[in-house]
Amino acid sequence: MAEAIKVPTMAEYMAQGKSPEVLFWVGCAGSFDDRAKKITKAFVKLLAKAGVDFAVLGTEESCTGDPAKRAGNEFLFQMQAVTNIEVLNGYEVKKIVTACPHCFNTIANEYPGLGGNYEVLHHTQFLKALIEEGRLTVEGGKFKGKRITFHDPCYLARANRIYEAPRDLLKKLEVELIEMKRCKTKGFCCGAGGAQMFKEPEPGTKDVNIERTEEALETKPEVIAAGCPFCNTMMTDGVKNKEQENKVEVLDIAEMIASAEDL
Amino acid sequence: MQYLPNILFVIALAAGVGFFVLNIKKLIRNIKLGRDEDRNDNKPQRWKNMAKIALGQYKMVRRPVSGIVHVLVYLGFVIINLEVLEIIIDGIFGTHRIFSFLGGFYDFLIAVFEIFALLVLVGVIIFWIRRNILHIKRFLNREMKGWPKLDANLILYFEVVLMVLFLTMNAADLTLQTKGAAHYASASGIIGSFPVSQFIAPLFENLSISTLILIERTSWWIHILGILVFLNYLYYSKHLHILLAFPNTYFARLKPQGQFDNLEAVTNEVKLMMDPDADPYAMPEEGAEDEVPAKFGASEATDLSWVQLLNAYTCTECGRCTSECPANQTGKKLSPRRIMMATRDRIEDIGKNIDANKGSFKEDGKQLLDDYISREELWACTTCNACVEACPVGINPLSIIMDMRQYLVMEQSAAPTDLNNAMTNIENNAAPWPFNQMDRANWINEN
Repeated sequence: MAEAIKVPTMAEYMAQGKSPEVLFWVGCAGSFDDRAKKITKAFVKLLAKAGVDFAVLGTEESCTGDPAKRAGNEFLFQMQAVTNIEVLNGYEVKKIVTACPHCFNTIANEYPGLGGNYEVLHHTQFLKALIEEGRLTVEGGKFKGKRITFHDPCYLARANRIYEAPRDLLKKLEVELIEMKRCKTKGFCCGAGGAQMFKEPEPGTKDVNIERTEEALETKPEVIAAGCPFCNTMMTDGVKNKEQENKVEVLDIAEMIASAEDL
Repeated sequence: MQYLPNILFVIALAAGVGFFVLNIKKLIRNIKLGRDEDRNDNKPQRWKNMAKIALGQYKMVRRPVSGIVHVLVYLGFVIINLEVLEIIIDGIFGTHRIFSFLGGFYDFLIAVFEIFALLVLVGVIIFWIRRNILHIKRFLNREMKGWPKLDANLILYFEVVLMVLFLTMNAADLTLQTKGAAHYASASGIIGSFPVSQFIAPLFENLSISTLILIERTSWWIHILGILVFLNYLYYSKHLHILLAFPNTYFARLKPQGQFDNLEAVTNEVKLMMDPDADPYAMPEEGAEDEVPAKFGASEATDLSWVQLLNAYTCTECGRCTSECPANQTGKKLSPRRIMMATRDRIEDIGKNIDANKGSFKEDGKQLLDDYISREELWACTTCNACVEACPVGINPLSIIMDMRQYLVMEQSAAPTDLNNAMTNIENNAAPWPFNQMDRANWINEN
């Protein structure tokens, strides 16, 4: 990072008696996972460049409870949810953006029933809106004309019918988008969902991420674009397993935009 | 004695319909063994879904080959059933083609029935080839061995026999009319138009009137008796979908697929735990004990909701879900179709048990979990919703998997060790990994 970008917390805003335009929900992966932290930073750079008045919860953020819920631990999920909702409502948060489709789905769909009502956006939707409002400009830059395939995250695509926002951003980057055979409604999972990320797979003939990576590699891409930190990990592992890491990059769309803009 | 056929027909009809009604009552009783769930919200949307997905076959054609052939067989089935109405009236009153007063329109109708009968015949043969000759993977999974395979083929054979009988009957009738046979021929010329069976009729040219009547009557009787048998076969078969697809699409979930229901019983407990004013030792309010569920999640078919049981009876084992399931496609034991089949098997066994024990269930030492659905299957799911999306009639196998996981975790603490570690981390430090929550914002100052 050329220079440190200021990332204010909600607590700091509150101390000044102000509230930001949007809360950036970083998520566990975005906070702790080394690969996902790069996505977080790229997104923050874009927010700063667009002049978005944003804040994070910082140490007051905690797991949304998604993996607990999908594992079947409804108690733990609701404990997490109620705790987070108390914090969010305490700060009178209205609008949330997150780079994790799992956090997105949980906060948007499962928090309202527990008293947490917010406008929740996935970062690809938010970036698209920034571009449409003219606050952020994107040009092809280094991805112009490159062969790129996009892997639909289950919890963004099928689960919430968001297929176009990430693809619209890729169009802005003027890439040559090559769809995999199984995409959009038929998108094939990376293998991390349903808390599989945190366990060994059940016995089978192949790992799900290898199957998906093979499908992605069939499109002969230079970049496999992702919109989820867990998909990113799974696809990155898959590419390494296929010994293609020198030829094929796995990048989040926010990283692509940030690096196209040379941020 | 001249009314003997009419009487026999009425008896056969009453027996066929009566037995069917008994089975439908049993079916409804079994579905109601499931727990209550409200699916009466947003009725306009529900009607719309039923019209689009069940009536309109909208999701079927996502796979063009099987989809379009299915639409033909489906349309044929619906349209030819109009003819069954005439057959029933003729059977009761001993008339011959009672609707022929419709004149030109009647000719048109019979022509349409014949064309669809031929299309159904072709469609069914294509289906048979797909199931038995082409090695289509989704028809070959382990859950498709034995009865499910036989069931699928029996349905196809039934349809072939019914269509052949229908066309044979028409061909014999046409020949009888041409020969001017009493009761068949009409002064106003040939009744009906026979674009398909006219090609069978020449085979009958040289037969005597009495042989022709025998052929016509035999075809007529076996056809209608076949329909009554087929109607009663439904309850024992995956073919039940021809009826249940309609209520099933009506009652299907309307919420986003990613939204899993929040368990209300848990919400109450969590709120109590979070409420600083709550007195954990307070006497429960009057009737409050009744609200606490016997268990969290599902280990038995009767722990599932009636919608999930309706789903199980609706499943026609097409396997579109399984063919798109990432776990199944990578060789895991999980097959969403098998989840539905096992659920139906279990609730059927419970129903039979209740019937055999004068209306109350007698413990049989079995349950849905482990005896019908294994833990390995449940833990292989990525909750990606591909199965839910693929189902042409709105079945949700994922919801059953989730309810059973809830039982495993909340009632038995039987999650895989890795998951237990992740959940302990969430509990202790608010992330699935063992990082301190106080380090959550460290990324801000890292380069």
